Amino acid sequence: MFPIIATAQLGPGVKQFEITAPRIARKQLAGQFVILRLDENGERIPLTIKGSDPSRGTITLVVQAVGKTTAQMSGLEAGDAILDVVGPLGKPSEVERYGTVIVIGGGVGTAIALPTATALRDAGNRVFSILGARTKDLLILENEVRAVSDQLFVMTDDGSYGHQGLVTDKLRQLIQLPIDFVLAIGPVPMMRAVADVTRERKIKTVVSLNSIMVDGTGMCGGCRVHADGDTKFACIDGPEFDAHTVDFQVLAQRNAMYRAQEQEAFAKWKEQHA
Amino acid sequence: MPNTIPNKERIKLPRQHMPERDALTRARNFEEVNLGFDPALANVEALRCLACAKPSCTRGCPVQVDVKQFVARIIEGDYLGAAAVIRRDNALPAITGRVCPQEEQCEGDCLIVKSKKDSVAIGHLERFVADYERATGKVGIPEIAPPTGKRVAIVGSGPAGLSAAGDLVQKGHAVRVFEALHELGGVLVYGIPEFRLPKEIVRQEVDVLRKMGVEFETNVVVGKTVTLDELLGEEGYDAIFVATGAGLPQFLGVPGEHLNGVYSANEFLTRINLMRAYRFPEYDQPVYDCRDKDVVVIGGGNTAMDAVRTALRLGARRAMLVYRRGEEEMPARREEIKHAKEEGVELCMLTNPIEMIGDQRGWLTGIRCVKMELGEPGADGRRRPVAVPGSEHVIEASLAVVAVGTSANPLIQSTAPDLKTNRKNYIEADPETMRTSKKGVFAGGDIVTGSATVILAMGAGRKAARAIDQYLRE
Repeated sequence: MFPIIATAQLGPGVKQFEITAPRIARKQLAGQFVILRLDENGERIPLTIKGSDPSRGTITLVVQAVGKTTAQMSGLEAGDAILDVVGPLGKPSEVERYGTVIVIGGGVGTAIALPTATALRDAGNRVFSILGARTKDLLILENEVRAVSDQLFVMTDDGSYGHQGLVTDKLRQLIQLPIDFVLAIGPVPMMRAVADVTRERKIKTVVSLNSIMVDGTGMCGGCRVHADGDTKFACIDGPEFDAHTVDFQVLAQRNAMYRAQEQEAFAKWKEQHA
Repeated sequence: MPNTIPNKERIKLPRQHMPERDALTRARNFEEVNLGFDPALANVEALRCLACAKPSCTRGCPVQVDVKQFVARIIEGDYLGAAAVIRRDNALPAITGRVCPQEEQCEGDCLIVKSKKDSVAIGHLERFVADYERATGKVGIPEIAPPTGKRVAIVGSGPAGLSAAGDLVQKGHAVRVFEALHELGGVLVYGIPEFRLPKEIVRQEVDVLRKMGVEFETNVVVGKTVTLDELLGEEGYDAIFVATGAGLPQFLGVPGEHLNGVYSANEFLTRINLMRAYRFPEYDQPVYDCRDKDVVVIGGGNTAMDAVRTALRLGARRAMLVYRRGEEEMPARREEIKHAKEEGVELCMLTNPIEMIGDQRGWLTGIRCVKMELGEPGADGRRRPVAVPGSEHVIEASLAVVAVGTSANPLIQSTAPDLKTNRKNYIEADPETMRTSKKGVFAGGDIVTGSATVILAMGAGRKAARAIDQYLRE
């Protein structure tokens, strides 16, 4: 069992968990993920690690309640425990001193982008960050991202906070400056749009892919993606890939594979917890 | 009482048949297919043993079970004694009694076969005594040697790891098994379906090892959560046995394999066996809904048979097995092929997929195949299948499971650069001493040999246990 020692509500439906997992805390690097299973009947889901504290032996995860398992997890509090947590899995982010970089976080993807943004800043890069959300309430971790950014830009779809527009609107402005590297983590359409913008200018761009996984160790191949001109497993070859080589169409299609079952399970859960 | 029947009478006794669940009923549920011998069947079968002076059955067994002795105990009615004889050499008798290819091992070398009769059903007898032992709750714990003060880490809780753990703990070493998944048993729990090997049996065999003093830690991916150097260094282990199994699923490399509805056998079986997706939504992990769908499984081995029979049990309308050679050439056990055919699996032999076809939404609708014929023998001595010109056709299916083997998982090797691997990234280990290029690290099972059987992995585990014991005493 992996005890939850603290939680924080970051926004509507978005919750942060600090979980005791000493082995993972000791090894975690930016960009890596865990696979967890809440209880005996639970499914295995991957979640990227926001950060860790090796001295406390804890890791931090941010979860958005979008389905049965994430909604169930969002109901957990300090004092509860998670049955299984394994990691850190996947390759860490490749952090170099690129020069000037842009970090883009969309929705809950911000929590995943934060550790890599921090690492990029620590490596001596000048960091511009762009956070995107549908509306003000859904914006998370603004202050934490600001703390590791030379400049932060916030975009909301409805203009309720920051500038109105998409992250790519701001990105188009910023790449008028010399930009050496872009990291984009968020919903698939956002990552695809970012890749399209930076492709013309040949700016190295990395995305973190949220494929469906089971074991997370390369054993099942369920997370296979088209990237780097080949079939890759997001769990062991990724989760980060060169955005300009990723087939986002295939990613979106495969991520929809269990939509019917996901909706069935979520509806049943909501009915039981209404 | 000893067997007083003369040998020439013994070989006249017919081999006793394994009672089975009715084919059409079992094809729709996950209940175990083989029901097991009762004492009466076991006694008659045991009487068939010729009790050879130099038993070839034991020589044919990868872990050298003393078959003659345990069969003699059955004749005496001492079933617990029979189980104890097996446990001296085999830590997992209820499992091997079910999944070993006995016809190629102990039974293949049975002297009766030379008289053109069916061999003694050694596997069925082994299963009988192991099940009897479990049912009585009197599982004999082998004697444990006094503590040596040495600590051994075992990476992987599959058949190789479990069997090494049993032997090493008996020799007095402290043993801890690390498992990447949340459940113990490796391929025995994620790969082999419930209807061939009930998971409860694996749990009970693991519990026996626990009682013997073996410690287990799940959710540890060695190579990620902890490295070999950390195990040997700060965690204080004196030796490591790497038994991670065959890792990555192979795909065909044909167009369309990314379509929804195309699975590796590993993923399909893991969702169902480990994650119990066949009981969705009671269990949260989903799997493709096979009900009234046409399913194609590609491959000819035991894993392919497991996948296609599983698809039937999930309610598939048609469950087809596509294999590029003929039925005779299939590497699967004859028993599995027989069971599959009885249950209604269709065999599409000498057929090779060349493309997965999908609809606009990215879901599989069919598999374009060509007919094959067997040509000249290839480098492996097997006749090579050659495509028949103009034989292209489409098999309609909305689920395809690719079961054409696995390749080496790179996780451990990637964080242990001093661990030598071969061209295909399998770990290099001496076939006798099981030693790798890294001091104190031994390896065996599928991660060394590539995909093989449960019992060969167990054999490797035993060999490694002997080698590690010797190393620790040096």
